[in-house]
Amino acid sequence: MYRTTDILEHKQSPSAGGVGEAEYMVINVGPQHPATHGVLHLVITLNGETIINVEPHLGYIHRSIEKMCESLTYRQFIYTTSRMDYLSSHINNHCCAMSVEKALQIEIPERAKYIRVILDELTRLASHQLWWGAMAMDIGAITPFFYAFREREMINDIMEETCGARLTMNYMVPGGVMFDLHPNFQKRVKEFIAFFKSKIDEYDEILTGNVIFQNRVKGIGMLSKEDAISYGCTGPTARASGVSCDVRKLYPYELYNNIEFDEIINTGCDSFARYQVRMQEMKQSLKIVEQLIDNIPEGDFQAKTKAVLKLPKGEFYTRVETARGEFGVYIVSEGATTPYRIKFRSPGFSNLSALNHMAKGNKIGDLVAIMGTIDLVIPDIDR
Amino acid sequence: MFLKNYISEVAGAVKSLLKGMKLTGYYFTHRKEIITQHYPEIKPQLPERFRGEVVMLHDENNEHACTGCTACELACPNGTIKIITKFDITPEGKKKKAIDTFVYHLELCTMCNLCVDACPTGAITMAQNFEHSVFNRNDLTKKLNKPGSKVRAGVE
Repeated sequence: MYRTTDILEHKQSPSAGGVGEAEYMVINVGPQHPATHGVLHLVITLNGETIINVEPHLGYIHRSIEKMCESLTYRQFIYTTSRMDYLSSHINNHCCAMSVEKALQIEIPERAKYIRVILDELTRLASHQLWWGAMAMDIGAITPFFYAFREREMINDIMEETCGARLTMNYMVPGGVMFDLHPNFQKRVKEFIAFFKSKIDEYDEILTGNVIFQNRVKGIGMLSKEDAISYGCTGPTARASGVSCDVRKLYPYELYNNIEFDEIINTGCDSFARYQVRMQEMKQSLKIVEQLIDNIPEGDFQAKTKAVLKLPKGEFYTRVETARGEFGVYIVSEGATTPYRIKFRSPGFSNLSALNHMAKGNKIGDLVAIMGTIDLVIPDIDR
Repeated sequence: MFLKNYISEVAGAVKSLLKGMKLTGYYFTHRKEIITQHYPEIKPQLPERFRGEVVMLHDENNEHACTGCTACELACPNGTIKIITKFDITPEGKKKKAIDTFVYHLELCTMCNLCVDACPTGAITMAQNFEHSVFNRNDLTKKLNKPGSKVRAGVE
């Protein structure tokens, strides 16, 4: 950590970017700041209005989930992952359930696979909708926030009806899903698809085409392909820099190798490219849900598993594509009922590490626009 | 040439702003499409699967199905449930395990549904009540079995 006086006395930036003799100012953004969507603390070194260095300080919402998981059984630890990236909790739970299934070689029923993929994509849609609203609000437009939440509410209602919760579902269990689908599920999802298809064009109308918005996001927060790879960025953040990194395409899990959808890659490298990638991804998610919703096979929704799950000795890694990027679960098992060590690879942490690189040289007003397009979820970063 | 570009840029900008304002205006004039819920006055209709809190099901004879097997206590990741058992004397003079108190710490509960899933007799379930705020923290520790209740005959 750099103290303000150190920097001012030595007249040297922490990044030593070769700016030379200049007056630097250090500003704290957060940990409680409306634009950071949580308790993110950024220490920003400024030269006038130009950002010299951005240093994220973490740990304000650290709950030591990884350590906690070491004392939980393989059925219990799944619920903690909904508290990490709470906007894609289904997908996180899915990854954990899949890693346990992979280790125990449980074959899950076809119906469970369909349910899982449909709910994953609905979660991704809900997450992107919230991102769209929050991103517009960061930039200064309040109205889109309400439009985004109107559509998200429909998904939340579907989740509430089928899974019993709106945000932290804990619906995926090793062997399948917790309950069968609600009888209304298919009807309501179809209603939602029809409704959202008419509304997604409104999104473009009100925000994408807006000249103020475009001037705010175009050409800022540049992240080249090489940098995106070296910072370990994944998800829409990396795909907007031209990196092909969609886990659903590269390492297909569940049904994804049988589904027709495109991996959205944009080579714009700036904030607007990241915005466009997410907007396109919403359409792809709709396409996936549309393909599956009519063909859910009949049958069991859960495979028969033992009451006490014991993983064989060894190391297991599973990854999925969440709304923010690659999420991985690494389990080290000693053959007991609880894991010896669990490591979660969360997309937000790596994406945040590229923030300094993106923001350097931009104006302080652009920082919020850049942060908005990385789509940070703070509990995902801190775990 | 410069002036022409400038004017076309401004015209495009105004057009894009008007396009957005048109949409805002549409919702301003179409009040029927507003979906605000007046929560405290009108209570929301929650689906039956909604997880609000754990409750124990009692029938009209004040009997429940909990045998005190502690499967829910073991399944709970947070230590929310604590079951205190006692030994009942059956008419045949044998000792039989039964629950004395089913302690439920609502303040620790994350509504993950694992206890309900683990229960072999279907004694507990999730209720739809979601307004849990109390003035005294101790009120959140609840006793789920009603006073004087006993195990339903035939539940093992």
